[in-house]
Amino acid sequence: MPDRHANPDAPADPARRAVLQLLAAAGLIALGTGRAAAAVPGWPEEAFRKTSQADALAALYGKPLEMSDKVTLQVPEIAENGAVVPVSVGTTLPNVTSVTLLVPENPNTLAASFKFGPGVAPAVSCRLKMAKTSPVIAVVESDGRLFGVSKEVKVTLGGCGG
Amino acid sequence: MPSTIRVRATASGERTEVQALVQHPMESGFVKDSNGQTIPPHYIEVLTFEHDGKVLLTAYWGPAVSKDPYVKFAFAGGKKGDELKVNWTDNLGKSDSLAAKIL
Repeated sequence: MPDRHANPDAPADPARRAVLQLLAAAGLIALGTGRAAAAVPGWPEEAFRKTSQADALAALYGKPLEMSDKVTLQVPEIAENGAVVPVSVGTTLPNVTSVTLLVPENPNTLAASFKFGPGVAPAVSCRLKMAKTSPVIAVVESDGRLFGVSKEVKVTLGGCGG
Repeated sequence: MPSTIRVRATASGERTEVQALVQHPMESGFVKDSNGQTIPPHYIEVLTFEHDGKVLLTAYWGPAVSKDPYVKFAFAGGKKGDELKVNWTDNLGKSDSLAAKIL
């Protein structure tokens, strides 16, 4: 008799197949719950799911935003490639604990949020994807209050995928 | 296997400037491949920089951060030869870390 384990084409008996299916299903469930549990601690999942600026900020901070000329935002006026838009934020405000970047015209508004430890200069640069022309909003948390600035970036080639 | 993280930290006086590049697809989940199949989301959720046992910067990222992400910041208190630890974890639970010397 040929070894069934060595021959994948051999018919498995129904009981064995049922057990395997059950195991596979259990594995999938375990994967599903495992994924939820493995979501990196501290990652603000709810804020990242929001599609409006107000909702994303409410989920992330839950406090009002005021515009301020003490926050500087460097972005290109025109981005030929929306897949790679360089963004730099800085501020003269004191005691900065976080900086958040929002792109309201993207499928999900929140792009990135940076938490600053003590001794870190209140400035950060990174590169974002932009689906289409949109304002980019930089929010700085200083002394527990939110200050922001907004600048429009014209995108000639959308880049939600690169 | 080479690290996915490239970091350059340079101290001058009190200020240490850090630049990091991570190799990562940063798939948004909104893009379809050539067969019309949606490419599942795959992006870094958290990236941290540590120095002297303290977390300097924690970046929480979504799918709108560009492929092969870049980040630049600066901090006070680093010295040449100090160790800077970089670590990332993505939405699939994969991660990588690197310890670099401040130059």
